[in-house]
Amino acid sequence: MINYAQRLGANAIDSFATAGRAAILLFRSIIRWPSLKDLYLTYIQLHSIGVQSLLIIAVSGLFIGMVLGLQGYTTLVKFGAESSLGPLVALSIVRELGPVVAALLFAGRAGSALTAEIGLMKATEQLASMEMMAVNPLHRIIAPRLFAGIIAMPLLASIFSAVAILGGSVVGVNWLGVDSGGFWSSMQSTVDWNNDVLNGIIKSVVFGFFVTWIAVFRGYDTVPTSEGISRSTTQTVVHASLAILALDFLLTALMFGEIV
Amino acid sequence: MSETNLLKIENLTYYRGDRAIFDGLDLTISEGKITAIMGPSGTGKTTLLKLIGGQLFPDKGRILFHGQDIHKLSQDDLYEARRKMGMLFQSGALFTDMSVYENVAFPLREHTDLPENIIRTMVLLKLQAVGLRGAKDLQPSELSGGMSRRVALARAIALDPHMIMYDEPFAGQDPISMGVLMKLIATLNKALGLSSIVVSHDVAEVTSIADYCYVLSNGRVMAEGTPDELNNNDSEQTSQFLKGNPDGPVKFHFPALDYAEDLMESVK
Repeated sequence: MINYAQRLGANAIDSFATAGRAAILLFRSIIRWPSLKDLYLTYIQLHSIGVQSLLIIAVSGLFIGMVLGLQGYTTLVKFGAESSLGPLVALSIVRELGPVVAALLFAGRAGSALTAEIGLMKATEQLASMEMMAVNPLHRIIAPRLFAGIIAMPLLASIFSAVAILGGSVVGVNWLGVDSGGFWSSMQSTVDWNNDVLNGIIKSVVFGFFVTWIAVFRGYDTVPTSEGISRSTTQTVVHASLAILALDFLLTALMFGEIV
Repeated sequence: MSETNLLKIENLTYYRGDRAIFDGLDLTISEGKITAIMGPSGTGKTTLLKLIGGQLFPDKGRILFHGQDIHKLSQDDLYEARRKMGMLFQSGALFTDMSVYENVAFPLREHTDLPENIIRTMVLLKLQAVGLRGAKDLQPSELSGGMSRRVALARAIALDPHMIMYDEPFAGQDPISMGVLMKLIATLNKALGLSSIVVSHDVAEVTSIADYCYVLSNGRVMAEGTPDELNNNDSEQTSQFLKGNPDGPVKFHFPALDYAEDLMESVK
């Protein structure tokens, strides 16, 4: 029993210490005046973690939209309410599925790559050599990736949502014969810019920040061995995915739950 | 040693967990000289370089570089001091996403606003010094271990530092690469007026180029002197290390139970 309590206490202390190190990393990386070079480095990272995630995001969006269109139609048609397919697809995608699924995919695709890249840079002493050349790796390596993640995530989520709605319309309108005018006009009248679209974008900015923060921290804090990098990469995907789902609940409650 | 001191280590104590890596270490690095720091594996030679570079903090004692306590400097001042130090990592630590040329240009791009044509000239000069101007367009993955270290050396001297620290420069090198690296360390030290710290356990190679040597053991200096003085050192432990005898004060066997007793345990 005492051993159990001791282990629990040690784990708690360890978790607080990890959270503290993550906060210090964040603070030291981004609290400073940005230079032109930072913008260029962020632009390079936008390509590697944003543009290169486009394919998986677009393809997943298309299929999720198509499935939603199909499932929505089969349920709605029973009540003769298939004209509401447009709002159903759009609201579920823009409010929830777009930001959440895009962030989960982003954590798997870009988050794991960031952790592995930074972890390997640590293991091969590239970060240490940068330090010894009087170049701060937190500014040179971590900050551009963090900013790129925060910028890329809402863009990727928007693209995911657009492609998914398109997928829903292909199935609903083109294959199952829902009226095209009704599909799009009811969507237009139901989806509110501030309430739905903007809230979805805010969610994806928050997810982008947390996923990238977890990914760069796990890479920077890794034990520099092959086993350590493998564990950190897994931790990135697991912790980022759980963080996305927990934050989604929190944000949904704040935005739509009318609990505050 | 009457020369000017570039680096002075005083009473350095550093623990990793409960184990003392250094326990009151004192040593001095003179300006313009090649100083060798030798010792068996696990004596903390690389750790010492990281302490000198300010990447690790000592538990006690201080390291003075140009008279400044490295571990009491602000981050900006520490980075300023590091610009005067170059370090050659054992693995080379080249940036794998950059070509040889870009690797050498990296510190120049980061710390200067020089126009591209000047940077190109400087990179070619540094690469020529290590004999790899022709490899400027190669990627690090296309280089052999010895070539990687030479490129890393070109990168380390890009900002014309006052001191270079070499971490096991000869480890795992074939005789030709070893010869090339030895020649480079000696030539660069003389031509650029550098001070060099060579951490190594390749005794013959390092003593052939060093002006002064320290042998570390159990967290302290076991022996010191010029290579000739060391060769004449009559301490058993120093002599065992320098001659590479498998048994002596440093035992061949790791501490264990009595052999016969241990074997009898299997029978029981």
